[in-house]
Amino acid sequence: MTKRSNEPFLWSLFSSGGMIAALMVPILLFLFGLAFPLGWIEAPSYGSLLKLIAHPLTRLALFAVCSLSLFHGAHRFRFTLYDGLQIKHLNELIAVFCYGGALAGTALAAYILWNIS
Amino acid sequence: MKQSPAYTLYHPKWYRKRVSTWWWTEQWRSFKFILRELSSLAVIYFVGLLLWLLWSLGQGAESYRDFLEWMKEPWMIAFNVIALIFVLYHSITWFNLAPKAMPVRVGGKRLPEWMVAAPNYVVWIALSAVIVWLMLGGD
Repeated sequence: MTKRSNEPFLWSLFSSGGMIAALMVPILLFLFGLAFPLGWIEAPSYGSLLKLIAHPLTRLALFAVCSLSLFHGAHRFRFTLYDGLQIKHLNELIAVFCYGGALAGTALAAYILWNIS
Repeated sequence: MKQSPAYTLYHPKWYRKRVSTWWWTEQWRSFKFILRELSSLAVIYFVGLLLWLLWSLGQGAESYRDFLEWMKEPWMIAFNVIALIFVLYHSITWFNLAPKAMPVRVGGKRLPEWMVAAPNYVVWIALSAVIVWLMLGGD
């Protein structure tokens, strides 16, 4: 019997996260990182942004963006360390560090989104 | 009967040359690969930024104003420009990967790659437009 691998499951998180990050991250980073601070577009007021986030669908979408992007990033960074630096012998340690970090980030996202009111 | 002697196959492939840690600097192709892989750091950075924004929204109007002020710091803007370049690189390589990962066939013929990748770009532009629209007030 060969050991069942977790790789397909991790890969599915990686690919869905890759898609959601590709679609959502550039525009959000552009708006909050450049367009609003440089005054190209006026930043939304506190009230209107809060109203937007009060909607459950917005929160769900934001949660998905945070969590899946983190798993995508964790998976890819794990292989960057493997291939780029060739430290395959630290396999377990790196995996725990990467996916553990993504899990912690997911929990933090859930906590923050749950508590916005 | 004597037991048959241990027999091992001859494996010329077992001889592996040690690859340099800097192997990816030797060719532009592999350098691009590593750049693409490093885009993961930009994605993780962005999630951090987003969580910071959401946290500040939860803290109140003043906290949100502080966040916007922080974003105006020149080094923050410089950092965000770099992160944006990496994230865009991720998006473009990701969308262009779709036709290679799952070729679509119509009538036994492979559709040209751009026709498979194009819907990704359409969804990307549409979603981005919706987000801008929501940020501008949404009506």
